[in-house]
Amino acid sequence: MKAATSDEYKILGTRPIRHDGADKVTGKAKYGADVQFANLAHGKILRSPHAHARIKSIDTSAAEKVPGVFAVITANDFPDPQDKIADLGEGPVTLSHLGSNVMARGKVLYKGHAVAAVAATSTHVAEQALNLIQVDYEILEPVLWVLDAMAEDAPLLHENVFTDSMGEASEKPSNIEKHLHFEKGDIEQGFAEADIVIEREFKTASVHQGYIEPHVATADWNEDGQLRIWTSTQGSFTVRHQTAELVGIPLSRVTVYPCEIGGGFGGKIAVYLQPVAALLSRKSGRPVKLVMQRDEVFEGTGPTPGSFVRVKLGAKNDGTLTAGKAWIAFDAGAFPGGPIGPGCMCVFSCYDLPHATVDGYNVCNNKPKTQAYRAPGSTHVAYATENVLDEIAGELDLDPLDLRLKNAVKEGSRRVDGPVYPEIGCVEVLEAVKNSEHWNAPLEGPYRGRGLALGFWFNCGLKSSATANVNTDGTVTLIEGSTDIGGSRTSLAMQLAETLGLTAEEIHPQVADTDSVGYTDVTGGSRVTFATGLAVCKAGEDIQKQMRQQAAVLWDCDANEIEISGSTFSRNGNSISFQELAAKQLQLGEPIVGRATVAPDCSTNGFGAHIADVEVDPETGKTTVLRYTAIQDAGKAIHPSYVEGQMQGGAVQGIGWALNEEYFFGDAGDMKNASFLDYRMPTCLDVPMIETIIVEVPNPDHPFGVRGVGETPIVPPPAAITIAIHNATGVYMRELPASPPRLWKALQEA
Amino acid sequence: MATIFIPAQLKELSSGIGHVDVAADNVGEAIRQLDARFPGMKQRLCAGDELKPGLQVAIDGKMSSRGVLAKLDVAREVHFLPVIGGG
Amino acid sequence: MSKKIHVTTTINGEPIEFLCEARHSLLEVLRDSLGLTGSKEGCNNGNCGACTVMLNGVPVDSCLVLGVEVEGATIETVEGIAQNGELHPIQQCFLEGAALQCGICTPGFLVAAKALLEKNPHPSEEEIRFNLAGNLCRCTGYDKIVRSVQAAASQLQETTS
Ligand code: FES
Ligand code: FES
Repeated sequence: MKAATSDEYKILGTRPIRHDGADKVTGKAKYGADVQFANLAHGKILRSPHAHARIKSIDTSAAEKVPGVFAVITANDFPDPQDKIADLGEGPVTLSHLGSNVMARGKVLYKGHAVAAVAATSTHVAEQALNLIQVDYEILEPVLWVLDAMAEDAPLLHENVFTDSMGEASEKPSNIEKHLHFEKGDIEQGFAEADIVIEREFKTASVHQGYIEPHVATADWNEDGQLRIWTSTQGSFTVRHQTAELVGIPLSRVTVYPCEIGGGFGGKIAVYLQPVAALLSRKSGRPVKLVMQRDEVFEGTGPTPGSFVRVKLGAKNDGTLTAGKAWIAFDAGAFPGGPIGPGCMCVFSCYDLPHATVDGYNVCNNKPKTQAYRAPGSTHVAYATENVLDEIAGELDLDPLDLRLKNAVKEGSRRVDGPVYPEIGCVEVLEAVKNSEHWNAPLEGPYRGRGLALGFWFNCGLKSSATANVNTDGTVTLIEGSTDIGGSRTSLAMQLAETLGLTAEEIHPQVADTDSVGYTDVTGGSRVTFATGLAVCKAGEDIQKQMRQQAAVLWDCDANEIEISGSTFSRNGNSISFQELAAKQLQLGEPIVGRATVAPDCSTNGFGAHIADVEVDPETGKTTVLRYTAIQDAGKAIHPSYVEGQMQGGAVQGIGWALNEEYFFGDAGDMKNASFLDYRMPTCLDVPMIETIIVEVPNPDHPFGVRGVGETPIVPPPAAITIAIHNATGVYMRELPASPPRLWKALQEA
Repeated sequence: MATIFIPAQLKELSSGIGHVDVAADNVGEAIRQLDARFPGMKQRLCAGDELKPGLQVAIDGKMSSRGVLAKLDVAREVHFLPVIGGG
Repeated sequence: MSKKIHVTTTINGEPIEFLCEARHSLLEVLRDSLGLTGSKEGCNNGNCGACTVMLNGVPVDSCLVLGVEVEGATIETVEGIAQNGELHPIQQCFLEGAALQCGICTPGFLVAAKALLEKNPHPSEEEIRFNLAGNLCRCTGYDKIVRSVQAAASQLQETTS
């Protein structure tokens, strides 16, 4: 089961310089906030100071009179979306909820919820005007902690949200918007067969994706009714769809121009600013730009759910797992929706459990509407399962790696949610751990410990399109619609280059706007290199088909007689290169334009394991990460540097989640630390080098064997770090983050 | 012949039966047959003639975007699962 | 609206004059008035380093400096790092080392790293990490940034020796 070795490929596995590199190191790359227009108005959003309140009235008259103010809008300026549900590619959204999140209607549901917006000559003037908007609130009791929000007598966020249990709605409205249940085998029997059973409870705090670029959108509602939007987004087509629905115009009236994007991690899929900028533009008759400040990003945009997870595992004395039971509750935040489905599907996804049940609850509470964050839902549950498993290893005196290997899923294992795994790399990843220098290196000294954890994430397929124009100088312009957050232009160009026998530099990739490329779903779900890559490969094959026909014209033969090897077309001793043929295309026939669209069914599954060495300072409770290694099955690493980059970046986000990051809420539901100073993401002084080992078990669904790699790396870190802390101190940290005060307290109590 | 796995939450409608074999061209037809045998099944799985928003169908482990139109000609196993949104 | 103030300064080697309101930060002046949008805004309160520029030879967060404060000063921004159509070794090393993913933090890191190497041509890994700790990157986990600064240090060393 060895992956294709690099020498089978000329381009894949090499490390060319990214095509947008020079622009990005010279400051020329145009990000959303860099957009400038003549006559541009600047917008600002008024946000709720309360976590839960009814809006009795909004008086904007004084704001409208401020010199330099062009337009003021509230929810009343938006059409009523009623009960419509829109499929946004990655899942359905109830438009009334999306709309009410963009601009509060009737009620505010979290501190920072948008209630009105102003466009003016400058942000400073807009801010002055915001201060003059009078909102009369009836303050309601907020509910923040997920278990509190589940209580019968909890303050209710929505009168019209009921608990959905797979198609059946509860009788009474509830904050619990969804209950999921999965089962496999006979759980009673499974636990009866166990020699040891351990059950533990885990809590995680709300954490933010933390992209460095704040949300930004500029809209220009033209006199002819055409709406153009320049924005930072993971998916220009989903922004087009959401915005058209919320402002009530046909999709074709909206063009979205994706700017360079300064990070997303799942948080830049839902719209926040785009529809607001659109309506401000229509009302003011000018282009309007809206840029969030950092506190608005924290308070007004998607954190990932805070969670409560209870996991129970049973095992025989030899370490064979016999049964697992999980009970999971996730914050939905202000509106229904969230990753409870994948959370339930991932909780036991690394281990072959004969008997299991999983219950999941998604719960509305007075926090910002949660959004996807890298492998949504999987990190929370892996933290719980891996810690319980580690405790079993300790109790049974088994090596934690051997215990995992013994129970690891492989091709043919049935998941608790039902499907059977295809060819996967879970065992190979664990074997790579076993053979790694890090795992075999001694770790000595007081208060030092090593932790190992596994993690899993799916790869989404969804839809992608690509067009490739062959230029007469022998190069190819590649036009695709996946916004490039981490070098994907280049990994796509490399796949086209490999298909056509060209170099990466001979491909010129462009990310196009919604009018210039076929429909393409979001950059998310670890799908771009896989699915858009598939489209790109097929567009390359389409080019070859057309060029073969042109060579047939040249040699007056049947196209089928022509062979292609690398970039050479040949027949009967005649041969011609791609470049020569490209130069002749206009004499030989039609211009050569390759195109392809894909909607792959997909089952690709990505496994990763992380090893963390930590040292704990018993006097302060501070944990220092001494050494860290991320191991992952990439299927086939197209551009190894960017695969490593995904693994390293995800690992460090996960380290932040494990050790420091959390929303602190006051009693009134107000976030106390809405700045990068107080919401402490890792700096480069906080982490060591992140070593990487790429395992390649090819994905049978992709011509080059690609598996998505973007998300799995955030899954193992909180588990690996807390297990390491346990091995260093003897204390299990069952609440995240394991921040210095919390760990110090745990050490005192131990 | 494909084996349709009945979601655990719908087993109340199937008296605890976990999977049934059906001969159907596509998922929609399989759901109709399921509903004929276990009334109420379609209402839980579908909104109108489409799969409920938030549900997807996995055929032999592969998530299909075609919902009720997904073909079952060579399928062995069908599962109904929550949709997965990535980050 | 307050009256605008006239400021004379040197930016990337060129004498520049601009008008700004007293409340305008240097970052706003650079981006909105002078069109130098290479310096980025990540937080607007001195916590992320995306707006880092050199002010009289010292790296500063330009969101924390007022436009009126730079009268007579010399400023270098990311736009001034490449010279005569050629990338600076630090820029080249960032590209070769894949030190950027989304790239929004990159201008700030480049300015800060260049400042460090000018002050300390042979920094240890610890010194690099310490000096760049004011710049946040959410994408890379810093590994490739630190290695690229190390690579630039040895490359600069070769060209000067
Ligand atoms: S924008 Fe200046 S430090 Fe963040
Ligand atoms: S590359 Fe995205 S923040 Fe650094």
